[in-house]
Amino acid sequence: MKITAGGVVAAEWTKFSSLRSTWITTGISVLLLIAFGAIASASFSGDSLSAVDLALSGSTLAALTVGVLGALLGASEYTTGMIRATLAAVPRRLPVLWSKSLVAGLAAVVVMTAGAFAAFAVSSAVLNDKVSGLALGDDGVLRALIGAGLYLGLVAVLGVALGMLVRSSAGAIAILAGLLLIVPGLAALLPDSISDAINPYLPSNAGSAVMALTQGEGTLAPWTGLAVFAGYVVLTLAVAAYRLKKTDA
Amino acid sequence: MIQVREVTKRYGANTVVDHLSFTAKPGQVTGFLGPNGAGKSTTMRMIVGLDAPNSGDVLVNGKPYASAKAPLHEIGVLLEAKAVHPGRTAVSHLLAMARTHGISRSRVDEVLGLAGLGAVAHKRVGAFSLGMGQRLGIAAALLGDPAVVMLDEPVNGLDPEGVLWVRNLLAGLAAEGRTVMLSSHLMSEVSLIADHLVIVGRGKLLADTTVADFVTAEGVRVVTAAPDALRNVITGAGVTVTSTGAEELFVTGATAREIGLAAATRGIPLFELTPQNASLEEAFMDLTRDAVEYEAAR
Repeated sequence: MKITAGGVVAAEWTKFSSLRSTWITTGISVLLLIAFGAIASASFSGDSLSAVDLALSGSTLAALTVGVLGALLGASEYTTGMIRATLAAVPRRLPVLWSKSLVAGLAAVVVMTAGAFAAFAVSSAVLNDKVSGLALGDDGVLRALIGAGLYLGLVAVLGVALGMLVRSSAGAIAILAGLLLIVPGLAALLPDSISDAINPYLPSNAGSAVMALTQGEGTLAPWTGLAVFAGYVVLTLAVAAYRLKKTDA
Repeated sequence: MIQVREVTKRYGANTVVDHLSFTAKPGQVTGFLGPNGAGKSTTMRMIVGLDAPNSGDVLVNGKPYASAKAPLHEIGVLLEAKAVHPGRTAVSHLLAMARTHGISRSRVDEVLGLAGLGAVAHKRVGAFSLGMGQRLGIAAALLGDPAVVMLDEPVNGLDPEGVLWVRNLLAGLAAEGRTVMLSSHLMSEVSLIADHLVIVGRGKLLADTTVADFVTAEGVRVVTAAPDALRNVITGAGVTVTSTGAEELFVTGATAREIGLAAATRGIPLFELTPQNASLEEAFMDLTRDAVEYEAAR
């Protein structure tokens, strides 16, 4: 009998998979991704968006729900008092944060990548006649779909980090929604010269770059954007790790 | 073994634990007593590293808890009943803890059976009563077959049958050579289980003693026609006599039998000879009176 890294990951997977809310939230995320993609694809008749952009138009809402999933996973340790049992079993503490992030992130990547492909398949089937269809083999299509899964996986990790950091479900979800939805709106209020400079680097804009089929003016290159978003996630994880290690549970 | 050495914990300006030292030894049940707010829970949290002391240190089986290779095998704790995600079943909760250490599924079922939770193993914890929550907490504490078992107020919310079960369980664990420590604010409860008492008030150590020593500090009330004569007869080494009324004496250090025999030899009439074994509860109240943090107005 001995504490191992693999054991801590297995424990976090048990925690993750033994909650009904996990499955409900994950299911809703996939449903939103597919449904919004299908609706947008069927109704949009302009030429500013490609078939892939339309198929992934549910990604903003899906990001919010997987983020909430992560935040609940992290914060519920504290809101339920479970953290005492968790840290009594793993007194070195940090393995808990890494394992929880890994489990939530991998689960979200797997499910949301599948969701992105499903959304593309459904959307292509119902695509408005005025928009030209795309195949998986076309330039950038695979990258956009896989990128969507990776981005949403990182959002789940961001949620876990925020939940463990602020230790409150409501607080973590508010910060998450603020970062993903409100900050871009606020940035638009700034003078154009400033907002044009920072816009591409805002978390949701940087992360979304990987899902866009063609790069417009003022967006980062796909993988650069994802890397910038990953940077935000790593930064949040580092702060969460610091608080976990240094403060009383 | 748990060694608490000169531990101090402050929250802001409030000193919750103040230079506290004691040792809980293997093979014994140590009762950790004190009024509400005495710092018992904080001390227990520091023992398993949930809170860090401002000064001093704590060793579990001779080493800092965080350095243990198999923490759940070193110490099993119940800190708060129902500090469990309410959406999880009893078995998933224990399984999640077990997996960190590679503890088998059969051990999970074993502790659930031991705690009498076999029938509700697959029920969600949110539906559990406080007593069932306590049982789940105790099952979790036993999961890693630990050398030290530490329980914070384990009998809270248990029915009489459950209280008896905890009592027998803890006595059994100590008899196996494990270190057992339980906290309570009820002297009567602890005196039935514990061998060793650690009593705290306002974070300070008030007494580190045995249950037997704690009660024998009492004396004998004597009412006699000749208090002065009796006082001369029985006063001696280790015996103190105080006058508590015109015909009343209070004697410590001598038994009622010794006093009665001494009086009879000298022909001193006694009207009353009463051993004053104030209850443990009273002794505890006397000891902690000045250290009560939250007292009802009177």
